[in-house]
Amino acid sequence: MKILVCMKQVPQKDAALKLNDAGTWIREDVSYEVNEPDAFALEEALRQKEKHTGEVVVVTAGPARALQVLREALAKGADRAIHLEDNAFVGLDAYNTARAIAAAIKDEKFDLIFTGLQSDDYGYAQTGVILAEILGLPHATIIMQIEKTDGGIRVKRELEAGFFQFVDMPLPAVLTIQSGINKLRYATLIGIKQAKTKPMRKVTLAEVQSAMGANLQKIEKLYVPQRSKNTEFLEGPPAEVAKKLVEKLKNELRVI
Amino acid sequence: MADTILVIVEQREGKLNRVSWETIAAGQAIAAQTGWTLEAAVVGSGVAAIAGEVAAKKVGKVYDVESARLEPYTPDAFAHALKAFLEKHPAKLVLMPHTYQVRDFVPKLATALQTTAITDAIGYKYEGGRLLFTRQMFQGKFVADVSFAGEGPCFVTFQNGSFRADKVEAGAAAVETVNVDVPDGVVRNQAQEVFKEAKQAVDLTQAEIIVSVGRGIKEQKNIELAKQLADALGGELAASRPICDNGWLRMDRQIGSSGQTVAPKLYLALGISGAIQHIVGMKGSRSIVAINKDSEAPIFEIADYAIVGNLFDIVPPLIEEIKKAKG
Repeated sequence: MKILVCMKQVPQKDAALKLNDAGTWIREDVSYEVNEPDAFALEEALRQKEKHTGEVVVVTAGPARALQVLREALAKGADRAIHLEDNAFVGLDAYNTARAIAAAIKDEKFDLIFTGLQSDDYGYAQTGVILAEILGLPHATIIMQIEKTDGGIRVKRELEAGFFQFVDMPLPAVLTIQSGINKLRYATLIGIKQAKTKPMRKVTLAEVQSAMGANLQKIEKLYVPQRSKNTEFLEGPPAEVAKKLVEKLKNELRVI
Repeated sequence: MADTILVIVEQREGKLNRVSWETIAAGQAIAAQTGWTLEAAVVGSGVAAIAGEVAAKKVGKVYDVESARLEPYTPDAFAHALKAFLEKHPAKLVLMPHTYQVRDFVPKLATALQTTAITDAIGYKYEGGRLLFTRQMFQGKFVADVSFAGEGPCFVTFQNGSFRADKVEAGAAAVETVNVDVPDGVVRNQAQEVFKEAKQAVDLTQAEIIVSVGRGIKEQKNIELAKQLADALGGELAASRPICDNGWLRMDRQIGSSGQTVAPKLYLALGISGAIQHIVGMKGSRSIVAINKDSEAPIFEIADYAIVGNLFDIVPPLIEEIKKAKG
């Protein structure tokens, strides 16, 4: 099985984010990490390769800093990497991101393409499905299990409120992977060392630009949400705060 | 392009998904402000009864979009049928609830029509003749006003609870049946029956008090502290998704879009940042108390009482105070 994993670098979960001066994006001087569902997608690809042999290729679209995501993936066992490198990739809508990735892999033939089910920054939950449509491939979303069958694969889709569904589909196919599908591995020291010698293909914006177009949606303004509730902040040292809260639980909320 | 707003009502196995009423309410509100015509469509096989239900609301017309290939649901059939329908019945704006089914086919449909979908919106603004849609970003830390730049139709999906289903105005609309052709070979996936995993041991929807833990609990061994707090309050222990993904608590204690939706008297969130996927599962709680070290955590936006601090410092004295208060 030849598997492509689309990965994204996003601000760290506990990073204190600040708005840029224009109020249209965050200030980028924060720490970054791998988008969590993408880490599960990579892990699933590595497990499928271990079961069925093949190759795992990772791709990301982002500035120079995004290289770190690919390095980590190579250290965990991915075979090679593709980096669409340009600052402009940060501001793309999902359609353009998918078109750029499709253009970058046009000479390759993958059996499976994985993405995380959504990113922690934009949260579109669209890039994988759009990529499938551009490539003319079938897709399934929010996947919790993948088994190879005679004619293709059987996947387990997560639905809402604890429901699931199995779907049989032919290969090649695109799957968006849910967090928790597997247990993540750590990179080993040997893996980190080997990663340095693995192939890394750089793709410039110019190489894929003809496949792209103007963004079809635009962030006009980014801002801190307004409080919908009159939140009361309880302050003081822990023992005092605990007393205050118990007083509220007893006299205001009447749950004690 | 006609100035039409089309709401696509969701049905699953012949039953209307009630979150669709919220989308109808959204459509009615936007129609009232813009003066555009509101229409609705039900897509499936043998779903005329649902179209009839929707026709009792204030909408211009209801389309019953039918093909035998639309049951069971597959993204291929839905995208194909809706593309064919929209090419014949153009709409400026197409609204849907942000369900797992919609997220499965909308990006495909929008791309097939060379347009875009603004997903997971929580509201809209109509300013100077222009529609902006509001959506959360960065896991709820920020909100963005997003404009649509293409030719349309513009697809928008609304998060659960963004509009009030009880605000839907009644009316009487005509139903028009539209049979669409979904040719052989379009549907590539074979969908099996929908099922629920081994019966859930815990029904959190009945709990009056829930103590819920998130990433801030840091390690599996710390779950015990939250358990002690839940016991002291006489409540149930629950968690956000990452905790269950890690196997620290069973999946049937997960709150959120992929877990249970609860509305207890008290929801006490420990170290939960408040990503939208979690919020949708608990925002209906009668009261919400949040303890988090990050003063900017989105959970505080919906909390009644908020404590900014280290939960490991606050929970032990809290347990003692509760025990004292209970005598």
